[in-house]
Amino acid sequence: MSQGAATTIAGNTPPVTEKRKKNLLSDGQGTLAGFLISPTMLVILFVVGIPILLSLRESVFRKFTTPDPTTGMIPEGESFVGLQNFTDIFAHPQAVDGAWGNIDRLINSFLNVTFFTIICVAIETVIGVAMALIMARAFRGKGFVRAAILVPWAIPTIVSARMWGLIFDADGVMNKILGQQILWLADNSYSQWAVIIADTWKTAPFIGLLTLAGLQTIPSDVYEAARVDGANAWQQFVRITLPMVKPALVVAVLFRTLDTMRMFDLPWGMIGQGKYYVETISMFAYIENNQLRYGTAAAYSLVLFAYIVLVAFIFIRLLGADVIGDEETRAITEQRKRQKALAKAENRKIKLAKTTITSGEFQS
Amino acid sequence: MTHARTTRRVLAAVASVGAVLITAACSSSSTPTGSAAAGGGVNWDERGPITYAQGKDTAGVWAGVLKEWNDAHPNEQVTLIELSPEADQQRADMIKRGQAKSGEFSVMSVDVVWTAEFAANGWLQELPKDKFPTDGMLASAVDAASYFGKLYAYPQSSDGALLYYRSDLLDKAGLKPPTTWDEMQAACDKVLPTQKGMSCYSGQFQKYEGLTCNVAEAVNSAGGEFITADGKPAVNSAEAVAGLTWMVDGFKSGMIPKEAITWKEEESRQAFQDGKILFLRNWPYVYNLASKTDGSSKVAGKFGVAPIPGKTGPGVSTLGGHNIGISAFAKNKGTAGDFIKWIASEAQQKTFLQKGSLAPILESMYADADLNKQFGYLSTLGESIKNAQARPKAVRYGDVTSAIQDATYAALQGQQTPTDAFNGLQTKLEDLLK
Amino acid sequence: MTAATSHVTAAELAALNKPRRDWRFWLGKTGIFLGMTFIILYCIAPFYWMVVSSLRLPTMGRDTSFWPNPVSFENYPAVFDPINGFGRALVNSVIVSLSTTLVTLLFGILAAYALARLRFRFKGIVLAIIIGCSMFPGITLLIPLFKMFTGAYPWMPINWMNTYQALIIPSLSFGLPLCVWNLTAFFRQLPVELEQAAMVDGCTPGQAFRKVILPLAAPGVFTTAIITFIAVWNEFMIALTFGTQQNMYTAVVAISKFTGAYGFDTPWGTIMAAGVLVTVPLIIGVLIFQRRIVAGLTAGGVK
Repeated sequence: MSQGAATTIAGNTPPVTEKRKKNLLSDGQGTLAGFLISPTMLVILFVVGIPILLSLRESVFRKFTTPDPTTGMIPEGESFVGLQNFTDIFAHPQAVDGAWGNIDRLINSFLNVTFFTIICVAIETVIGVAMALIMARAFRGKGFVRAAILVPWAIPTIVSARMWGLIFDADGVMNKILGQQILWLADNSYSQWAVIIADTWKTAPFIGLLTLAGLQTIPSDVYEAARVDGANAWQQFVRITLPMVKPALVVAVLFRTLDTMRMFDLPWGMIGQGKYYVETISMFAYIENNQLRYGTAAAYSLVLFAYIVLVAFIFIRLLGADVIGDEETRAITEQRKRQKALAKAENRKIKLAKTTITSGEFQS
Repeated sequence: MTHARTTRRVLAAVASVGAVLITAACSSSSTPTGSAAAGGGVNWDERGPITYAQGKDTAGVWAGVLKEWNDAHPNEQVTLIELSPEADQQRADMIKRGQAKSGEFSVMSVDVVWTAEFAANGWLQELPKDKFPTDGMLASAVDAASYFGKLYAYPQSSDGALLYYRSDLLDKAGLKPPTTWDEMQAACDKVLPTQKGMSCYSGQFQKYEGLTCNVAEAVNSAGGEFITADGKPAVNSAEAVAGLTWMVDGFKSGMIPKEAITWKEEESRQAFQDGKILFLRNWPYVYNLASKTDGSSKVAGKFGVAPIPGKTGPGVSTLGGHNIGISAFAKNKGTAGDFIKWIASEAQQKTFLQKGSLAPILESMYADADLNKQFGYLSTLGESIKNAQARPKAVRYGDVTSAIQDATYAALQGQQTPTDAFNGLQTKLEDLLK
Repeated sequence: MTAATSHVTAAELAALNKPRRDWRFWLGKTGIFLGMTFIILYCIAPFYWMVVSSLRLPTMGRDTSFWPNPVSFENYPAVFDPINGFGRALVNSVIVSLSTTLVTLLFGILAAYALARLRFRFKGIVLAIIIGCSMFPGITLLIPLFKMFTGAYPWMPINWMNTYQALIIPSLSFGLPLCVWNLTAFFRQLPVELEQAAMVDGCTPGQAFRKVILPLAAPGVFTTAIITFIAVWNEFMIALTFGTQQNMYTAVVAISKFTGAYGFDTPWGTIMAAGVLVTVPLIIGVLIFQRRIVAGLTAGGVK
């Protein structure tokens, strides 16, 4: 790592200077950037960073809940229990009957979250992309359709939950249309489908919008050329549309996935609490909070957070979701990929780049 | 990733985890300390303004009541703090003040099922028996306001279940209101063939607190109990299981309509008012709404009330209602004490009944002739409450009711047999009530 | 395609280029038309049901006829019955949403400009943190935030229970990342040459920002304001936890707590009417600003 001196060319001995080589393209921008960003980062530290640390701390404690047998009073305070709040799921399971049989309540809500996420995201992606394809070819009334699409998004989730609760009532209009007497709001697999239907209704248009925007960036000559070459509609869709829409779609799907994993308002407002077929981890943690068991509530919400981070990681690393979208970061990533490939080919260690020549202080 | 970078990252991770554990270990008490809410050492002469917190005043009766007190006590004003209309949220709000040791709510309206929890956590002021007599009050209500043999609140309002029945149809068939389950089934067998699309009976069977009330009634009316007088769970007895079996069989045989498993108070009331069921178990509030002559009720003037039926005789209703207690951390406990005595006195209880349809806690009022003329259901309600039994008294009532609902709902949905469900519940209750 | 090597005559070319209006064409058109109808029905039908339910008699809330019989507007005045405090809840919602939006815009514009335009070392990390903030489950932050703002921690002896600050500041936890992310996307779309041109003409960087960038970014800022406003307006969990007394409910919390005169009865008609009242202004706003909103929502997604 050469600090300061210009790279040596064979035969030349340039004067050794003590000064660090500054980068003319981004001098002083670091300080200015610091000023501009620090208010935001301070706020985030205060309302997000500190609560996270406090949550971590809370998850290793447990409040006393057993009354003293002689006085009947519960002692105050809490005790340090280490990782017991997490391991008790396996050591002392709280067995409930859900869609997955008789299993521990946290594992039950974990499986519910996974089930909802996979099904909801799959359905809303298919519907959303279909909507986008239809809207892209629309010849009239585009404005009206665009406004209609924003209606599900504009309705507050809790209002939507109440609305769907009325529709799914045992004597409600959904049963009337279907001609059946389905008990949507009990605690069975129909309740799960009620949640799925209500959730996809609200979010499929959103995916449709994002996909439409992606579709509209594809120039029409590409389709022309394909048609001339003899590609039919399906081949055009699979070979042209999907790949070009993929970046926008993957990011949209990622955010929808993370949102669905945190689902709370909808099952809470529509089905109610204590229903194990639809209980999500968020609901379970909320209920634990109400029962004054702050330790386990914090522990379960951290489990959910870890799950979310894992899923986001899979999307970003394996599916290549470009969430940050900053050119410079992209450039650095590309460069590191090339360097890694080079290092592998030449079978030697290379120090990977952390910056580009236009960023911050130059380090070789 | 280079070696140096990995090492740095690992060190950072270890450091942060270590920091968390260190702060954890060094902070708040790890040894249990007793809580202070004993009856002695309390200044009962301190007087001054106080606050009173309860759920939303849906009947609009408290403004007038408080005005009366405030006019008579200019230096000891009571301010009303209205909380959420939902019981869970009210409880959460009161708990927050209790945990913060705040006297923000000097006097609180506590649901009968939370009293044990609040008392055990030291949030309610114990009321010495000499200063706070309980003569004339309903025995079951006073019991619901006590914990570990000590009184922690005054009963404020009571509630019991009633059996609403279609008097027009029963009279036509020459029947009297049933007192046992078999009689009710016989009445249905006679009347229902003449009525198209009508079911026999409904209560509230959705998975919420109302389900606990309904199954408690079934169990108690069959001669069983959830918890014995010494606080030991006894729910796997043959009688208790018989009670649950009656409910489960009711769904299977069609005596109870299938969709009733999603019904709370409102849906079941609607079904009765629309003439879809012959017998309804519900709270007294239904009486006025079902008597409305504006077209919303098809049964106005055609129904009557009776105590709920049981297995071999009249049934045992669940005790509802609220208690009014003083926060352990309140100031001006002298005023608070006088206030709760005033609320429990006959004049105020009458106002609550007349303006808010709240059942009084004084035994004598149920026999009063004038009140009975005004409120057709009053004497029946009095009978119901006199024989009523409280839901299991437990400090961790939230978990207890959750376990009861789990077991009952599973049995009703056919996921478990009644015997298995209550055996599992027995184990859970033993665990919770250790 | 060079004319020299083409084997197609001009006439044949013209014939090829004429759009074929055969059965496939009309099938396609019908398909699209049906598709559009499906989309509109899909989006509007549940909302239609909400409106219809609000127009029934108050006592017929759970009726299922497709058009109310009789049509009644009684539910709408009932929404503003003082017992529900809905008017006050609307005012609270407006105050909280507006304040949060203004604060997030203020901080967000500065941060977004830095993230979109400047080059500095930790940009990737800062962006990752901001995106990461929107990944936290609300419940993780909720209880510590609640304890912080109600004086449960000795190092923060304030009790802001049931105050506006307690509703606004926690809302920043999701509002600020959302705002910064959207604004960054908008600022990136502006050509780089703008500031440079302004500076060549003699502006300082600050002036270049105020006089050139801001006016051009105004549509993007406006769109982000709308999106943030709606996000805070619809937020439920935080408002539910910090506003426990009726005079501090926001509109969505108030709706979730509507009750009738006896505490047990659920006034479906009034709830639906309140839902309509809360949604219709948002829909009108959405109709007017639809192009902007769509541009805003998609700017984040399309690089």
